[in-house]
Amino acid sequence: MDLLYARWQMGMSLAFHIIFAVIGMAMPVMMVAAEIAWLCTRRPEYLDLAKRWARGTAILFAVGAVSGTVLSFELGLLWPAFMEFAGPIIGMPFSLEGFAFFLEAIFLGLYLYGWDKLSSRAHVFAGVMVSLGGALSGAFVVTANAWMNTPAGFRLVDGRIVEVGPFAAMFNPAAGAQVLHMLLAAYAAVGVAVAGIHARLLLPDHRHPFHRRAFAIALFVGLPAALLQPLSGDWAGRVVARTQPAKLAALEGHFETETYAPLRIGGIPDVAARETRYALEIPGGLSFLAHGDPAASVVGLNDIPRELWPPVTAVHIAFQIMVAIGTWLACLALWAGTLWWRGRLFESRWFLNAMFWSTALGLVAVEVGWMVTELGRQPWIIQGVMRTSEAVTPMPGLFVPSVLFTCIYVGLAAVVIVLIRRTVLETAPTRGHA
Amino acid sequence: MIDVTVLLGLVIVVSLTFYALLGGADYGGGVWDLLATGPTAERQRATIAHAIGPVWEANHVWLILAIVVLFTGFPRAFASLSTFLHVPLLLVLIGIVMRGSAFVFRAYGPDHPGHERFWGRIFAMASTTTPLCLGVIVGAITDGKLPAAAEGPFATVFITPWLTPFSISVGVFALVLFAYLAAVYLTLEAHDPEERAAFRRRALMSGGAVGLLAGTVLVLAGPDVRSGLMASSWAIPLHFATGVSAVAGFALLWVGEYGMARIAAAAQVSLILWGWALAQYPYAIRPHLTLAAAAAPQDVLIILLQVLGVGAAILLPSLLLLFRIFGPRGQQDRQA
Repeated sequence: MDLLYARWQMGMSLAFHIIFAVIGMAMPVMMVAAEIAWLCTRRPEYLDLAKRWARGTAILFAVGAVSGTVLSFELGLLWPAFMEFAGPIIGMPFSLEGFAFFLEAIFLGLYLYGWDKLSSRAHVFAGVMVSLGGALSGAFVVTANAWMNTPAGFRLVDGRIVEVGPFAAMFNPAAGAQVLHMLLAAYAAVGVAVAGIHARLLLPDHRHPFHRRAFAIALFVGLPAALLQPLSGDWAGRVVARTQPAKLAALEGHFETETYAPLRIGGIPDVAARETRYALEIPGGLSFLAHGDPAASVVGLNDIPRELWPPVTAVHIAFQIMVAIGTWLACLALWAGTLWWRGRLFESRWFLNAMFWSTALGLVAVEVGWMVTELGRQPWIIQGVMRTSEAVTPMPGLFVPSVLFTCIYVGLAAVVIVLIRRTVLETAPTRGHA
Repeated sequence: MIDVTVLLGLVIVVSLTFYALLGGADYGGGVWDLLATGPTAERQRATIAHAIGPVWEANHVWLILAIVVLFTGFPRAFASLSTFLHVPLLLVLIGIVMRGSAFVFRAYGPDHPGHERFWGRIFAMASTTTPLCLGVIVGAITDGKLPAAAEGPFATVFITPWLTPFSISVGVFALVLFAYLAAVYLTLEAHDPEERAAFRRRALMSGGAVGLLAGTVLVLAGPDVRSGLMASSWAIPLHFATGVSAVAGFALLWVGEYGMARIAAAAQVSLILWGWALAQYPYAIRPHLTLAAAAAPQDVLIILLQVLGVGAAILLPSLLLLFRIFGPRGQQDRQA
C-alpha cells in the first residue's frame, strides 16, 4: 500500500512540476522575442507584452523552482534504494542541471529587476540566458529519465556497480530522442496555450494590436515545434521498439507476437482476454514504424511474463491521446502556415476558434506523454535492473505526505491560475489606450 | 595529494556556506518580516522584500547544488538521510514550497492590502519554520542517534533519533543565527536612519541570543560531539577566530560601522559552519557512516569534481554580476 502512495506522491509531484518546467522553458523565449521585436520596431505593444510575459514567467518560474526542489528531495525520501544505486551513475546530469538552473535563476533576477539598470543589449542577453538555462535544465533532467528507460554506463558485478561512466550514462540510447521530444513538446504546448488565450481575445476584435502581436509570437514559438514533433515522436518510438519491447507492446495494445503487425488507432485493450478491441488497424503499420519493415516481427505482450507487464490499458489510452493531440497540433501548424502565406493569419475565424479550443491540448499531451513513458516502464524503476517495489522507502504512513502534498499542489495551482488571470490577462490593454 | 572524497566533502561545505550566507539571510529576512513592529514596520517589510527580490532564486540554488553533489558523490549518505530524516525533511520541503510561492504571490499579486498581508504572513512563517528544521537535521546528523537500519517501531526509528534536545537546540541556533545575519545585512539596505536604527537594534539583540544559544548547544552536546568540537588541534584557534568575529561584529554594529559589521557577521557564520564540518569529519552521518564509506566509486568523484570546476567557471562571473547590480553598494552607486 505504501508503494502505491509513494508512486502517487511522486507522480503527482511530477505532473505538477512538469507544467511549470515546460512553461519555464518556453515562456522566456516568447518574452525575449517580444523584447527584440520592441527594440526593432519600437512598437509599445511589444514592450508591454515582454513585461507582462516576464511577470508571468516570474510567478511560474518560482513555483517551478520550489516544486523542482521538492522533487530532488523526493527522489531520496521516496526511493532511497534507487538513489543509493543510481546516484553515482546519473548524478552527472543532475549536477549539470544544477548549474543550468543556477544560470536561469541568476539571469532571471537580472532580467526581472534589471529593466532600468541594464543596457537594452545586456537585458536581452539576460533573457537569452534564461531561455538557454531553461532548455539546458530540461535537457539534462530528461537524460536522467532516459537512463531509467535505457540504463547504460555501468556494469553489475555481484549486485555492485563497477566501471561507472557518467557520460556514457548521460548519453544513453534513449537520451537524444527523449530530450528532443521533450523540448519540442515544451515549446509547442506553451506556444499553443498562449496563442489559444489570445485567440479568444481576438475573436471579438481581430484587429486588436496587442493581442495580434501576442498571438503571432506565440504561434511563432509553438507551431514550428508542433510541426517537427511527429518526426521526433517517430524517432522516440523506434528507440522504444529497440530497447523496451514491453513498453512498445503496451503503447500499441499489442498482445500477439507477429510479422506485419498492425498499427492500432484508438481501441481499448482487454487485458483479461488479451486483445485490443474497437481499434482501427492499419496492416503492417506497427512493424513498419517500429522497425522500418512491414514484414518485421513485433513482440507482443503474450511473450512477455505477466508480472513484467506495464498497466496496459492506461498506457495504451494515454499514448493514443498523446498521438492524437500531436497530430492535431501539427495540422494546426500547417493550417497557420497556409493562412500566414495568404496574409490572413488573424482574419480566419475558423482558425482562431480552432486555436482557442486547442489552448490546453498541448499541456494535456505533455501530461499523458509523461504517463506513457513512466507507466510504460513499470514494474521497473530502472528498466531490467531494479523494480519500483525494491526502491521504495521503508518509512510507513506515506499516506500522510502524499495527501498533504496533493492538497498543497492543488491549492498552489488554483492560486497561480487566479494570479496569472489577474496580473497578466485581465489588465491587458483595451483598444484605444493600447 | 588530497583525498578526492575530502575534496568533494569540501565542495558540499562550501555550497552550504554560500547557502547559509545568502539563503540563510533570506530566511532571516522572513523572520524579521514576521517580527516587524513599531512605526517603521511597513517600511521594514518593504526593504526586506526589495533586498531579497532579485537574488533569492539564485541563493536557493546553493541548496540544490549541495544536495545534488551529496547524492552523486555520497549516495549512501543521501539514502540514509532521506530515510531516517524523512519527517523533518518533509517539513523543510513544505516550508520551501510555501515560502517561495508566497514570496512571488505577494510580489506579483494585485495591489490589494489583504492579499499582500496574507501571503506576507505565510512567507514569514515558512521562513521561520524552515531554518529551524534545517538546523534540527544538521543536529541529528551530528548527534549520532540515527539508526543504522530501519528496524523497530515507527517512533524509535523515524522520530526520536532526531527529536532530541541537542538537535532542537541546533535548530533554534540556526534560526537565530540567520536572523542575526539578516538584521546585519539589512542595516545596509535600510532607506532612512530610523529604519536603520530598528535593524541595528534587532541585530544587537539577536547577536546576543546567538552567543547564549551557542553555549546551550555546547552544553546539550553528547561527549563525542563535544570532544570533536573542542579537542582537536585546530579547535581552539578556530573557536577563537569565531569568538573574535562575533565580538567584532557586535562592536562594529554598536559604533555604526555597518559595512564592516556585515563582513564580521558573515565570517562568524562561515566559521561556525566550518567548525561544525571539522568536528564532524570523518563522518558523513555520526556514528555509522564515514565519508569514505558513503562515497561513490573514485572515478565518479574525479569526473564530478572536474565538472564542478567547469561549472564554477561559468557560474561565478554571473553571480558576481548579479550581486554587483543588486547588492547594497550597486544600489547606492546609482543613487549617488
